[in-house]
Amino acid sequence: MAVTRRADGGFDWRLRTPRQSLAQWALWLGLVALTVWCWEVMTETTIWAFVSDAPRQAADIAGRAFPPRWSYMERLWGPLWDTLNIATLGTLLGVAIALPVAFLAARNTTPSALILRPAALFVIVASRSINSLIWALLLVSILGPGLLAGVIAIALRSIGFIGKLLYEAIEEIDARQVEAVQATGASGPQVLTYAVWPQIAPAFWGVSVFRWDINIRESAVLGLVGAGGLGLQLSGSLNTLAWPQVTMIIIVILAAVVASEWVSAKVRHAII
Amino acid sequence: MVKDPRWRWALAVGAAVYLALALGTLDVNWARVADGLERGARFIGGFLAPDFTTRWRDISQGLTESLTMTVTSTVAGVLISIPIGVGAARNLAPPAVYYVCRAIIALSRSLQEIIVAILLVAMFGFGPFAGFLTLTFATIGFLSKLLAEDIETIDEAQAEAIRATGASWLQLVTWGVMPQVMPRLVGLSLYRVDINFRESAVIGIVGAGGIGATLNTAIDRYEYDSAGAILLIIIGIVMAAEYASSHIRRWVQ
Repeated sequence: MAVTRRADGGFDWRLRTPRQSLAQWALWLGLVALTVWCWEVMTETTIWAFVSDAPRQAADIAGRAFPPRWSYMERLWGPLWDTLNIATLGTLLGVAIALPVAFLAARNTTPSALILRPAALFVIVASRSINSLIWALLLVSILGPGLLAGVIAIALRSIGFIGKLLYEAIEEIDARQVEAVQATGASGPQVLTYAVWPQIAPAFWGVSVFRWDINIRESAVLGLVGAGGLGLQLSGSLNTLAWPQVTMIIIVILAAVVASEWVSAKVRHAII
Repeated sequence: MVKDPRWRWALAVGAAVYLALALGTLDVNWARVADGLERGARFIGGFLAPDFTTRWRDISQGLTESLTMTVTSTVAGVLISIPIGVGAARNLAPPAVYYVCRAIIALSRSLQEIIVAILLVAMFGFGPFAGFLTLTFATIGFLSKLLAEDIETIDEAQAEAIRATGASWLQLVTWGVMPQVMPRLVGLSLYRVDINFRESAVIGIVGAGGIGATLNTAIDRYEYDSAGAILLIIIGIVMAAEYASSHIRRWVQ
């Protein structure tokens, strides 16, 4: 709150001092200038003829894409099953790796705060920064196309997500319960099983199921880079410009996403 | 969790059967994997000894595209999200507007970025403009939903006080609602900058410009040292953005 003096000697109450409001205006001006400059740089290479042509293109694609080719569904059950497996196996593998990483990263359970904790945190950040599609791109070029690359890509991306939420949950546990179990002379593993684990178990199951739900979405498109599942059919249909099939695949993906969201909401509701 | 022991057994057996079936579908070509291990080793080598210089021109162009795309799409997304978020808040909008806005949000949230990018590239041609549109579209679903939820949980007493002065709807939003949701809106926008940058690295794979296109090319050419450099740059920028945004958020709130 600031008070300014009027010319006639009275006082004005304002939220901000003149200096503060000037700084705020400068900030907004800077943001606008930055946006305009970024826009200029970004659209340097844009071919505006294509952009103005877009409505016609959109109408053209929509005209080809409808009605969807319903009979194509019988060839999609296999890829749908693959997508489910990529997501589930990837989540399981990711959870198995994320659990120890989370214990190494949590301030109150890490064995060495100097070396192992930063290393675990780097693993978490690296895994979180890189999308599963990029992991899949790399793994397909290393392991060859197929479900295995998809499973590992999903797992690598899940480590960061599950690890981060889990180590935050571990850091928030009640230290008195740990102390009580330690006071009985329990060993390290016993403290983990009887004092730490019961406190983080609900968070653990909730986070894992939530990640599985996200993984269904991501595994549906991993096939675009060759990692199997529905995406493989999508890329095949796109390459042959079979738009009715593309519509059909997108409908299946949307249905899978809605179904997995429903399942994960139900399970999380039952746990928490 | 499950009380009846029979159900517990059934669940355990079901899970085991599913796991066996799922593992059966993996169908790993071990000879190909063994071939790949040498490439894997080269990739890890490239990650440890990244090559920033050879492809620096491509990398810097991809980065410029990604960063400018991130800024413009976040700003455009926020600007569009605000009216849609207000429209999707039950306590501010009439039912008809509410359902239209909720439908827009549901549509934007259920389509993956990469699929939107494919469609938009087909319409608008290759390049960062399609990427900009994709990220803007994705930002709308994310921000509007969270903004609407935030508006629905505001302190009604303050809105009531403004309404009692005879304020119009617009004045109500400006003086009764905006001050309450502004700090969170800034925080969410900053978080979205972070997400948009990460996504901009992906949508390049399908031709929507940005660092993802450069990365795709590097991996296709088996130039793992350049790919490692690009991945390290992405990780570094995401870390810096996260660190900066947590500081700015603390300063705003």
